[in-house]
Amino acid sequence: MADARPLLTIEDMRIHYDSVRGSYKVVDGVDIEVHRNEIFGLAGESGCGKSTLVEGILRLIEPPGHIRSGTALFRPFPEDPERSLDLVQLDYHAMREIRWKHLSYIPQGSMNSLNPVMRIRDQMTDVVMHHEPGGQDEVSRNIAAALEMVGLPESLGVLYPHELSGGMKQRVCIAMAMLLQPALVMADEPTTALDVNVQRAVLETIAHLRDQMGATVIFVSHDLAVHAELVDRMAIMYAGVVMELGTVYEIFDNPQHPYTKRLIHSIPALGGPRERLDSIPGMAPSPLAWPPGCRFHPRCPDAVPACSAVTPRTIELDSGRKVTCHLFDPDIDLEQSPA
Amino acid sequence: MKDVLLTVDRLSVVFRDTGLFQGNKTTVAVDDVSFEIPSEPTLVTIVGESGSGKSTLARTILGLQQAASGTVCYRNRDLAGFRRADWHAFRREVQPVFQDPYATYNPFYRIDRVLKVLVRKFALASNDSDAEALIEDALRAVDLRPQDVLGRYPHQLSGGERQRVMLARVYMMKPKLIVADEPISMIDAALRALFLNILLDFRDQGISSIFITHNLATAYYLGGRIMVMCRGRMIEHGDMDQVVLHPSHPYTQLLIDSVPSHNPHHRWQEERSEYAVDASEFVFSEQACVFEARCPHAMDICHHQRPPFVTADTKASQQSACFLYHDAYRPDQA
Repeated sequence: MADARPLLTIEDMRIHYDSVRGSYKVVDGVDIEVHRNEIFGLAGESGCGKSTLVEGILRLIEPPGHIRSGTALFRPFPEDPERSLDLVQLDYHAMREIRWKHLSYIPQGSMNSLNPVMRIRDQMTDVVMHHEPGGQDEVSRNIAAALEMVGLPESLGVLYPHELSGGMKQRVCIAMAMLLQPALVMADEPTTALDVNVQRAVLETIAHLRDQMGATVIFVSHDLAVHAELVDRMAIMYAGVVMELGTVYEIFDNPQHPYTKRLIHSIPALGGPRERLDSIPGMAPSPLAWPPGCRFHPRCPDAVPACSAVTPRTIELDSGRKVTCHLFDPDIDLEQSPA
Repeated sequence: MKDVLLTVDRLSVVFRDTGLFQGNKTTVAVDDVSFEIPSEPTLVTIVGESGSGKSTLARTILGLQQAASGTVCYRNRDLAGFRRADWHAFRREVQPVFQDPYATYNPFYRIDRVLKVLVRKFALASNDSDAEALIEDALRAVDLRPQDVLGRYPHQLSGGERQRVMLARVYMMKPKLIVADEPISMIDAALRALFLNILLDFRDQGISSIFITHNLATAYYLGGRIMVMCRGRMIEHGDMDQVVLHPSHPYTQLLIDSVPSHNPHHRWQEERSEYAVDASEFVFSEQACVFEARCPHAMDICHHQRPPFVTADTKASQQSACFLYHDAYRPDQA
C-alpha cells in the first residue's frame, strides 16, 4: 500500500538557539508523523516550541538559531511515494523550489505578512510565476480559482491589503498558500487575532482544503477548543518535547498524560454545569535549563520520585497513541530517587 | 434614590477624524448605551466582536475618554463634574486591568515599584513593615510567591504573572469595582482559569467587576450578567445562563454559534451561514438596526427604524433590541 508512507516523518528534531548564557533548547527531540490528507494539530502553551518546530521544518530558522540534529523526511510526490526529501539537508535553492509548490506556510499574524504596497493579484502572480511560469490567462485563472476556494470574489485581487478586513487578509493568505496546490500546508495560529465568527469562517475554509483539495495541514494553535473543532490527530507539546500524541478523540475523551489532563480541564466550556476550573500551578520552565527528568515534574500533581531522576521514554499505548510519561512505562522503578 | 454603584445613562462616544483630504468624518464608537451596576457585588461581562465599542465603553467608565453625550455616574455623581479630590477617591474605588500586560509596566523599574507607589499615594500603610506585609499578602491572594516576583523587572515575568501582579495591585486597593478590558487574551490557557477564579473570589469578597471579552466561553464561566455589543450599541443583555443558552438576538445567536465546542464529537455540522461575513463590508445607517445588513431574519422595519429593548423571554431576565420580539412586528403574529 503506497499511501501507508506518511507524508512527513520528523525524527529527533532539535532546534537550539545559542547565546552567551548557553543553548536555548527550544525544540529538543520531537518525533512526529503526519499522514496524507489529515489535519495534524500542534498544541501547547506559549514557549513550548510549536511555532519553532514549524519554522524548522520550513527551514526559516535564522542564526543564532540552528537545527542541531534531526531529520524531516518529506514525500510530496504522489506518483512516487517512496521518494523522500530530507528537508533538514536541502540547500537554500532546493528549499526555495519546494516552498509554495510542495510546502506552504500561513504564518502567525499572516495579515501582516502581505506586502502593503502591492495589489493582492500581483503578490499572488509573483508566487505562480516563480514556480510555474505561464501565460497571463492561465495565471489569472489560477488566482481566481484560489480566491474562490476561500470564499472571496476575484474582483478583490485589485485591492491593496489595507482595504481588506483581518479575516479577508487571512483568507487571502490561505488562498496564496493553496495557489500551487502543495502537498502540505503549515498554518501557525491562523485564527488567533480574529473574532469568533470570522474564526469559524477561516476554520471551515481550512477543513475545506482537506476535504475538497486533498491537502494535508499542520495546524498550530494554543487554543484547544479550536483543535477539538478542526483537527484529526494532534500532539501536545511542552518544554520542547511532545508529551502526548493521538487522535483528537483519544486526546479529548481520554487524556492520559497529567499535563494533557490539566490543560483540557483548564478551558471553560459553553453551557453545562459550572465547575471551578483547574489551572496548572507554577511557571513554565526556561529553555535554557529544562528541569531534569520529566520537564513537567515540578508542576505535575502526579509526580513520583522517578520523574525528577530519569527522563521518561515515549510509550506507545495502542495503535499510534503515544505518551511520554513514567506512569505508563512498565519497565521503570517509580520510587527511584535522583542519583 | 436607588442604591447603585455605577449608572451609565444614554452614553455616546464619538471620534472625529480630521483627515487632510476627506474632510471631517465621525465614528460613533459607543452609541446610546445605558446600564446600571448595583451596589451588591456583581460580575458583568461585556462581549462583542472587535470594533463593537467595548473597550471605548470601558475607557469612558474609567474617565479616560470624554463622552459626547449621556452620563456616567459613580454613586449617583456624574464623572463630568468631578474635581481633583473626587478623582482621587474614584481611582481608589474603581481599578482598571488592561489588556496588554507587556505594555502596562515601565521596563526601567522593578515590579515592587508599582505596588509601593500605590501604598504611598493612597496611604495604605503607616510604616514600611506594614507596607511589606500588605504587598506580600496581596501577591499571595493572586497565587504568586512574593520571593518569585519582588525585586524582579517586568521582562523577567511571564504575561500571566504580570497580569496577576496587576490583580495584586487591585487587591491591595480593595476597590468597589474592577474594570478589566480583555485581561486574559494575552495569557496562556493554563493560567486563564486562575485569573478567572481570582475574579470570582474577589466577587465573593465584595468586589464587583466589569469584564470585557470576546471569548464567550470565559464569559459563561464567570456567570452573573452579560451585555452584548454590536457596532457601538448594546443589542442584548440579561442573565448569563439565559442569554448564552437561549440567545434571542440574531447577532448573539451568530456569536454563540461560532464558538468552538471543546468536544470533537460535537463539531459544527452545517457550512458557515452566508451572513457570517466581516463587519467592515457594510455601511451602517443611523436609522436602522446595527445588524440589519447581516441579519438572516431582517424585516422591512429593521432597515428604517432602530429597535428598542423588549423583554425576550418569559422570566423577564433577558432584554433584546430586536423587532422579532416586538408584539407589533413579531413574524408569527403577522
